[in-house]
Amino acid sequence: MSSIKMKAKAEGDKVEVKALITHPMETGLRKDKTTGELVPAHYIQEVVVTSGDKILVTAYWGASVSKNPFMGFTYKGVVGDKLKITWKDNKAATDSAEADVV
Amino acid sequence: MMNRRTFLRGSLAASALGLVVSAGLLTPRLLLADETRAAAFEAKSLDEALKAMAATPEESAEISIEAPDTAANGASVRVTAVSKLPSTSEISFIVENNPLPLAATFVLGEGVEPTSSVVLKFGKTSNVIVLVKAGDKIYSAKKTVNVTTGGCA
Repeated sequence: MSSIKMKAKAEGDKVEVKALITHPMETGLRKDKTTGELVPAHYIQEVVVTSGDKILVTAYWGASVSKNPFMGFTYKGVVGDKLKITWKDNKAATDSAEADVV
Repeated sequence: MMNRRTFLRGSLAASALGLVVSAGLLTPRLLLADETRAAAFEAKSLDEALKAMAATPEESAEISIEAPDTAANGASVRVTAVSKLPSTSEISFIVENNPLPLAATFVLGEGVEPTSSVVLKFGKTSNVIVLVKAGDKIYSAKKTVNVTTGGCA
């Protein structure tokens, strides 16, 4: 199952995009309560949202973004725009998802 | 000639990028399109982060921050920044008292409204500082969020 839920809803000529990603977003500063060891940093560093071949937003993230991060923005667009979101984390894992604007 | 940024953007298809990584051509650290950005995200204080971003922000009333005055749970605090500055191209969020203060930078493409929302961690009560890049200048605004239970940031 995709790690990403993305919704894009048009209102007039504006489209509101909301994305929720399942990810631990470990800072590297947290201690595991049972072992006392630091949990290694594991967080998303870059998220790119495109509409067709146009980049809408590139988000660079650090460890202060919450676990299971949320992001939202609005752009000038129309129903039927084909959006794609891709994330990459500091362990070079990546995932992507697509959504049509409704 | 295709520069590295174009290449990275163009090869966002996970498979292509994965191949490059597994071939050892790029270390994960290099995946971040801009080394300067990477340094800023590793900064351990507001001053360090601003220095790494080469930012000497000017306070602006044209930036508004929507965030709770008090957050019961610091692990999950929704913050929205709205810029009324013309030519806004980037919006960054900094949680001043976190060990790694710079949380996020949103680079806005053409046709994108100068507004970004993100959910942040707050280790304890802190100012959230929003930086807006508009034209060649960087502007800032801040708001204090009182945190009841810290979110192990």
